[in-house]
Amino acid sequence: MEVALNWYLALGAVLFSIGTLGVLFKRNAIVVLMSVELMLNAVNLTLVAFSQSMGDPDGQLLVFFSIAVAAAEAAVGLAIVIAIFRSKVTVDINEINLFKH
Amino acid sequence: MELARAFSTMAADLPAIFSMIVVSVVGLVMLTVAAFRSDHPSIPWLGVAGMVVASAWELFQLGTEPGTAFFGAIRVGGYAAFINLLVLLAGIATTILSVPYLHRLKHDYGEVYALLMYATVGMILLGSSNSMVSIFVGLETMSVCLYVLAGLIREDEGAVEAALKYFLLGAFSTGFFLYGIALMYGATGTMYLPAMAQADLATAGGTLLFWAGVALFLIGFLFKVSAAPFHMWTPDVYQGSPTPLTGYMSTASKAAAFGSLILVLYYALPAERWTLVLAVVAVITMVVGNVMALSQANVKRMLAYSSIAHAGYILVALAAGTEAAFAGALFYLLVYTVMNIGAFGVMALLEWDGREGRVQTLDSLAGIGTDRPVLGVTMVVFMFSLTGFPPFGGFFGKYAVFAPAVDAGLTWLVLIGVLMSAVSGYYYLRVVYVFWMQDRDDVVDARQASLGGLPPVSRTSQGVLVVCAVGLVAMAFFSGGLIEAATGFFDASAMAAAGGGG
Amino acid sequence: MFAEFVPLFIMIVLALGLAFTLLKAAEILGPSRPNKIKRTPYESGMDPVGSARERYSVKFYLVAMIFIVFDVEVVFMYPWAVSFQDFIDGGAFLGVMTVVTIFSVILMVGLLYDIKKGGLDFEK
Repeated sequence: MEVALNWYLALGAVLFSIGTLGVLFKRNAIVVLMSVELMLNAVNLTLVAFSQSMGDPDGQLLVFFSIAVAAAEAAVGLAIVIAIFRSKVTVDINEINLFKH
Repeated sequence: MELARAFSTMAADLPAIFSMIVVSVVGLVMLTVAAFRSDHPSIPWLGVAGMVVASAWELFQLGTEPGTAFFGAIRVGGYAAFINLLVLLAGIATTILSVPYLHRLKHDYGEVYALLMYATVGMILLGSSNSMVSIFVGLETMSVCLYVLAGLIREDEGAVEAALKYFLLGAFSTGFFLYGIALMYGATGTMYLPAMAQADLATAGGTLLFWAGVALFLIGFLFKVSAAPFHMWTPDVYQGSPTPLTGYMSTASKAAAFGSLILVLYYALPAERWTLVLAVVAVITMVVGNVMALSQANVKRMLAYSSIAHAGYILVALAAGTEAAFAGALFYLLVYTVMNIGAFGVMALLEWDGREGRVQTLDSLAGIGTDRPVLGVTMVVFMFSLTGFPPFGGFFGKYAVFAPAVDAGLTWLVLIGVLMSAVSGYYYLRVVYVFWMQDRDDVVDARQASLGGLPPVSRTSQGVLVVCAVGLVAMAFFSGGLIEAATGFFDASAMAAAGGGG
Repeated sequence: MFAEFVPLFIMIVLALGLAFTLLKAAEILGPSRPNKIKRTPYESGMDPVGSARERYSVKFYLVAMIFIVFDVEVVFMYPWAVSFQDFIDGGAFLGVMTVVTIFSVILMVGLLYDIKKGGLDFEK
């Protein structure tokens, strides 16, 4: 049974939208980070689907790099969130507003 | 067989990424040294040496024929060498400026300089990429290192907050960027820039997919170069980050990102449909940057808005889209890098710690030119150049981006640009006024009382600033030749474009 | 048609048998000195009963991060491993080994840094 390309693309688009909305409307920095990861994974799905349907390996190559980058970003992002938590004892991005004049 | 030949081809291509290899190997050595002794004083100079070797190599590559290496993943030749040279010089200047600054803050860890090296490697890859995969890897190598560098001073709330904003918004834009790549890939079936332009977007759906991808891709890129309306992170991040590193972020990363964007526009995007989009973005960017800069009391924040404005000037050239305009943008990137690193370098020498740089007002620096004449004079050069006054590089840079735009029929855009440059005179020249002419008697006492006078000025930092200032004057004399050389990159590469790609 | 699943069944039986035998052998042969900590259910080093919102050592995070980064870096070795035989057949053994060696050396530098900085010392 072959699943049509469009379904993968639709799933990718839906996941990407969920991730985007999460970044825009969530207040917890960790949840925002998770939403970003969701966006990246939605793109990975899209890339793999395209790559598979066209029989061209370049898309999957990019997915490898994208996975590695997502891991590096998660590591750096969590380190920054921990540093914020140490000084402010909150990860609510609405309360992290030192520069608001 | 074929696979065996692939590796020998790759070995033969190694000179194409010589500077990348040198910088990354030296970076790894620096990290190894830092593992044993993090504050070893030789680490930054090791990095400087590595980058000097790499820039010497790139200097000789300026005249080479354009082409591709590593099966079309990397672009070699004059254009790539120019961007790489720019990035490397910015890296050298930043490393030298950072040493006394971070030492004063007691944060002179070797890892910082190693991260600077890795960010530079990412930028080199970005500026010489010929495929979407290279662009993505380069951009992310650069960005992830810069997120860490922004939050370097963990004890300072502002620095960490800057890092968090930079990270969250940067990662968010990465998502758009990558989705754009995915859609463009799906529509054209290739990751290689020249092949993308030749792809047959047979169906209406394919065309829609492609331009949706381009839109998302551009959002990601405009985010990285802090063009309005994607500039919201810039003032906070630039104000909170360690000052010399802010200079690096605002120059080298923009140079590399713009360099890569020019490659994409030139090679991959077939029609001229992006002209109007980029023109509108350029207008918004110039207006927002200049108008917001008017009311800033903190010099770093003012410079952040000014860097948004300068991204707008470069976007004018990109909107024009001719070879002369791209060459002008390259020259502008060179001038902008020198003057902005210089301006941030001066500010770095006028503050005791990172927190002070964040809260320091311009008025508290009244009459500082008398106390620190070298810093005062170089700052005058940088400010006049940023405004675009004739004897300095900034004027010729503006001319180089605006003249081709007029030729391309974007006179209205150039008019707005010139008008906004005039507005920018107010806030740049105010710095000159405060530095030299404002009465300093009452603030000097306050400075003495709170911090025991001004921070010491290191010879090396001063040397870098003087070199930057002299360079800006020299660029004025050589602007014609430099722009002509930059145009040459495109004439020759246009011929090579058909042969490039995978 | 079940013939092709026979190895799988053998595998399952072997796995269950081995696990059971080893557990029993440990119980019979090993000394038995139970204490309170040993008898609590295993919960990755945390107290199994109590508030789930308790804060725990940042060391957990550090080890987890190092694990994730190295875990993901290994992703790049899968394509290498999958196509290894093709490379040997194509006469590119030396080339493909050089490439993967360079990759591993870069990872090793990171690991060395981790070890020297004490990122892997859990007790401190």
